Amino acid sequence: MPFKPIILWTDALVFLLVAVVLVTGWYIRRQEHLRAPWRKVARSRYGMCSLVILIVFVAIGFLDSLHYRPRLDGRQTDGKVNYAVEVRSAFDAFVDPLGKRPEKTYSAPLAAYSYAKETIERPDGTQAREFPRLKFGGAHLKDPARDLCADVVRRTVGAIGLAAVLWIVLTMLVAAWLAGARNSDFGRTLSAIIHGATEVPWRAMLLTAGGVLAVALPLAILSTRYHVMGTDKVGQDVFYQVLKSIRTGLVIGTLTTLVMLPFAILLGVMAGYFRGWIDDVIQYIYTTLNSIPGVLLIVAAVLITQAWMDRNPEMFETVSQRADVRLLFLCLILGITSWTGLCRLLRGETLKLRELEYVQAARAFGVSDWRIITRHLVPNVMHIVLITVVMEFSGLVLAEAILSYVGVGVDPSMISFGTMINNARLELARDPMVWWSLAAAFVFMFVLVLCANLFSDSVRDAFDPRVRSGTARRLLGELRLRFQPRGA
Amino acid sequence: MLAYLVRRVLYAIPILIGVNLITFALFFFVNSPDDMARMQLGQKRVTPEAIQKWKEERGYDKPMLFNAGAPGVKKVTDTIFFDKSASMFWFKFGRADDGRDIAHEIRTRMWPSLAITVPSFLLGIVTCVTFALILAFFRATYVDFLGVLLCVAAMSISGLFYIIGGQWLISKLWHLVPISGFGFGFDAWRFVILPVAIGVLAGLGGSIRLYRTLFLEEINKDYVRTARAKGMSESRVLFRHVLHNGLIPVLTGVVVAIPTLFIGSLVYESFFGIPGLGSYTIDAIQSQDFLVVRAMVFLGAVLYIVGLIFTDISYTFADPRVRLQ
Repeated sequence: MPFKPIILWTDALVFLLVAVVLVTGWYIRRQEHLRAPWRKVARSRYGMCSLVILIVFVAIGFLDSLHYRPRLDGRQTDGKVNYAVEVRSAFDAFVDPLGKRPEKTYSAPLAAYSYAKETIERPDGTQAREFPRLKFGGAHLKDPARDLCADVVRRTVGAIGLAAVLWIVLTMLVAAWLAGARNSDFGRTLSAIIHGATEVPWRAMLLTAGGVLAVALPLAILSTRYHVMGTDKVGQDVFYQVLKSIRTGLVIGTLTTLVMLPFAILLGVMAGYFRGWIDDVIQYIYTTLNSIPGVLLIVAAVLITQAWMDRNPEMFETVSQRADVRLLFLCLILGITSWTGLCRLLRGETLKLRELEYVQAARAFGVSDWRIITRHLVPNVMHIVLITVVMEFSGLVLAEAILSYVGVGVDPSMISFGTMINNARLELARDPMVWWSLAAAFVFMFVLVLCANLFSDSVRDAFDPRVRSGTARRLLGELRLRFQPRGA
Repeated sequence: MLAYLVRRVLYAIPILIGVNLITFALFFFVNSPDDMARMQLGQKRVTPEAIQKWKEERGYDKPMLFNAGAPGVKKVTDTIFFDKSASMFWFKFGRADDGRDIAHEIRTRMWPSLAITVPSFLLGIVTCVTFALILAFFRATYVDFLGVLLCVAAMSISGLFYIIGGQWLISKLWHLVPISGFGFGFDAWRFVILPVAIGVLAGLGGSIRLYRTLFLEEINKDYVRTARAKGMSESRVLFRHVLHNGLIPVLTGVVVAIPTLFIGSLVYESFFGIPGLGSYTIDAIQSQDFLVVRAMVFLGAVLYIVGLIFTDISYTFADPRVRLQ
């Protein structure tokens, strides 16, 4: 085999998460009462537009989760095949040259010359201090001073043209698919989309997709010849780094809630259903965990795991595996500190539900406690779980950056928004200023978090039965959480 | 009321014991004193004698939880747990790795922390309530819509962006105040003003949106309609009725944060070079000084519990219908 697939711990959990989402989606499609709130989400314009962008992010993150070790050629002794130490992902292979063309040091976005002057030997034997040409960026140009601007414009225009063509094809495909799905003719469906008359806001979604194409294609095409967002201190391409950061952000935002969910649901529902001493014990556990300031508990736990990993270096075959285990630990720890809020909400909801007639009736019929919990209570608190999961996501992505800054975030060898910002935060003081690393990290993080916020708002609007009637209790809970010292 | 408070304080004791046990387990079982010694003395080439000496000097050579060899009460008290962990109950934190007394450090370092956190806390509440009230006044207009959109956008920006951007703009480009540092006495304002301003700004988005929702909920209540029916002007309705009642959840909600102001903020203090408890913790994290981190974890837990008790008390003041018993 030309490569050896590697499934890191977080990869396995990502696959599990994807499987769970797919199965749930398939199940929900067949249940009318579960579909109704999702229809409401599908009608929300902001929610669906941000979903389009989120899908792009998720696709990049998923490709980046398919890891493998390429085979090393020519070193086969006695039939044994050697594989590279470096773990790559399908995404790396997809954007192949991007990650593998380091310059010497900083270079500005779309530059052809280096950031720092060097002593260069001229062909005639004399030496001069000047900005050397980059090894990769703009290397195809004969005279960058003259051709660079024209070349960039030409490539951008071409890319936007290509984006326009793709966008029109996409629109046609959507219209054809919709027409097929609802037995209408193509022309009428297309005009409904153009006039924004469809139930699902297809026009807005297609416009968003067009925007994404118009930004992504020029970036992609330019990045084959230039460093579109410059290079960092060790000469690595910043565009490649932000793309790799997406997976780290997504993993932290989703896996953290995934690992905490079983505890939160089980304990919360049990506390509310059984009451008595079980309730007391569970309440004691979460009050205790809650009263330790979140960021300090995270710091303490990460320090400990770090010390433990330093003592057991033999457990990790490659650097990426080590970084991955540390990422998993970070998710676990963040999960431990963040399940208490959900647990409290679920306990309160279950206290209310257990007095309702259908639960009383189930008990009167002699249905076992376990069955009442799994069959009657858990499905009826799932909307709270869903709302919490989507609301937590953006906060976790932002928290990662702060934790990496404090020094207890992901492994320094793992590319993430936090490590990018941390490495680049002193660069504004340079002269001339190095702004591209910071700007790229902040912009990508902003887009990701903004989309997540907008999408989670529309999910909450659709699922929270109290949004319309409105009670202050949920908000008060939010208020308390907000003022818990969690970082800043 | 008094009986309630006594009960709450008593209830806090098992929680603090739990916190103590968790930190003890984290810092001493997962990472035994031998490992700590090895880390302090350098990873390689450490003789067992050197480790033993290090442990003796710092009192880590005792048994963990139960000293079977000691006489009487000492069976329990002459252990690492009692010496290092339980002693935190009477705020005896011991000495940091550099030999300084942690309790003394905490007492001197909390003032710079307070100099940052108190102004940003107060200013933050006032600004957010003002803006939220403005949005509530213009509800269901484009001003409101734009305001909420800006809030969501502001919420989505990383807190680090405000700090790095603010330092660069105000201090590096405009040279208005020093980038970082701290001075005692009246001179401190030059150093305090930037972190406070940035702290307030970074918290605006989320809080304004939340308070706006609280105020809007209040605006739809019956007594407000009655006030309007009496012919009161809209501004009077807003400021007299809605503000008064809407502030109750806002204030009782933020009371829990008041005691934790002492700890300061990790991120702000290290960015702005403020010698408070936050930067103390960060330094301890970076030099792996576990005793300091543990002391801060315990202190944070105590302050949080105090904050919760304050919250309950504040309910009785803000809302006379609430009775604690």
